[in-house]
Amino acid sequence: MSIKIMIPTPLRQFTDNSDSVVVEGHSVGEVLKNLCVAYAPLRRHLYADDGRLRNFVNVYVNDEDIRYLQKEATVVSEKDVVSIIPSIAGGDQ
Amino acid sequence: MPEVGMDGQKKLKAASVLLIGAGGLGSPLGLYLAAAGVGRIGIVDFDVVDYSNLQRQILHSTKDVGRPKLASAKEKLEALNPFVKVETYEMHLNSENALDLFSRYDIIVDGTDNFPTRYLVNDACVLTGKPNVYGSIFRFEGQASVFAAKDGPCYRCLYPEPPPPGLVPSCAEGGVLGILPGIIGTIQANETVKLIIGKGEPLIGRLLLFDALKMKFRELKLRRNPDCPVCGVPRSITKLIDYEAFCGVQPGWDAYAREQQYEISVEDLKKRLDNKEDLFILDVREPQEYQICNLNGYLIPLRDLPKRINELDTAKEIIVHCKVGGRSRQAVEFMKQTGFRKIKNLVGGIDEWAERIDPSMPRY
Repeated sequence: MSIKIMIPTPLRQFTDNSDSVVVEGHSVGEVLKNLCVAYAPLRRHLYADDGRLRNFVNVYVNDEDIRYLQKEATVVSEKDVVSIIPSIAGGDQ
Repeated sequence: MPEVGMDGQKKLKAASVLLIGAGGLGSPLGLYLAAAGVGRIGIVDFDVVDYSNLQRQILHSTKDVGRPKLASAKEKLEALNPFVKVETYEMHLNSENALDLFSRYDIIVDGTDNFPTRYLVNDACVLTGKPNVYGSIFRFEGQASVFAAKDGPCYRCLYPEPPPPGLVPSCAEGGVLGILPGIIGTIQANETVKLIIGKGEPLIGRLLLFDALKMKFRELKLRRNPDCPVCGVPRSITKLIDYEAFCGVQPGWDAYAREQQYEISVEDLKKRLDNKEDLFILDVREPQEYQICNLNGYLIPLRDLPKRINELDTAKEIIVHCKVGGRSRQAVEFMKQTGFRKIKNLVGGIDEWAERIDPSMPRY
């Protein structure tokens, strides 16, 4: 199943500057793994060495945080949009 | 207008708001809050106006360059509305002074530019029970929300931990579209006024995302995390901590994340050179290698680096390279120990450059 993933500005340098990418997968975990297969340098920004999603990377399916769904096991279908929401700190003080 | 009325205007007059930062977000915030008639506005800042600020920090003018931002901000806000009491705090907000300061205001507005202060502002808001009107920007993307409101989520519910330093570029590195802080700061001002007059639906439990290039707003749901260390029950953080250390290098982070800020790829270097960025290229190979091929770098062979280190400027961003990246890595380690922070090792060295960027370059 083809799923659209929204790529945030800080990570677009790893996706040839694309703001969204379409990859295959039936769950959030599969979609993210396939994203990292397509764009290998992204992997280390999303996953820690132990293979777990990094704590400061939030993943949403549509407008819901996957932590409050079934996490990486959350099932997705073609109408869903997966978003990666990293923390940004800029305020330009 | 009927939604505000005399009652709302009196609430504004009686209200007090503390702005953290008088920069890009603080500029529109201060102006609109003063114009709205907020009775007391506090501003925390310690910076001085620079020419490079003027493209977005609209509180300050060309004539203010070199003045403290607080002096310029106070003058502008009082000129706009002489009935507003502007209180200025020229200091670094820290764990010692935040709780006392926050307790003197009704609402805190976060316009800072770094992770340690963001976590400090959030935790101090939760501990003092003050809402945190949050705004954040990066290049042409912005975020806004209202954290730590009664029963609402806090910043840590969304981001329990900061990213390791270097993994997320700062505004200084990434730059920012000048109008973006104007848009996000104005949204923060709007939310602040709504909280004061008690009207409408504030951004509590919602994260607003804005993309200035696409001119698109999106909204995500935020939930209060029952296990949140600062607003969960029971809370594990009951007083302010050392936020610099919290956002610094932690044992849980892998070597990769720590090294990130000290490395650059040949592709990124090419991009940055093409953008005419002010980079100082340090070549730590031997003179005979330099004769074969070079990147017009400044030559100091690795073995001479300790005695010639004074030729280098810690304030400049320095890209260090050798043939394949080994000697330059040693050079970067040595320079880190001597206090250099804006240094990056060119991964793969000039050989990688010849292979991937400039095939006409002789290799050896």
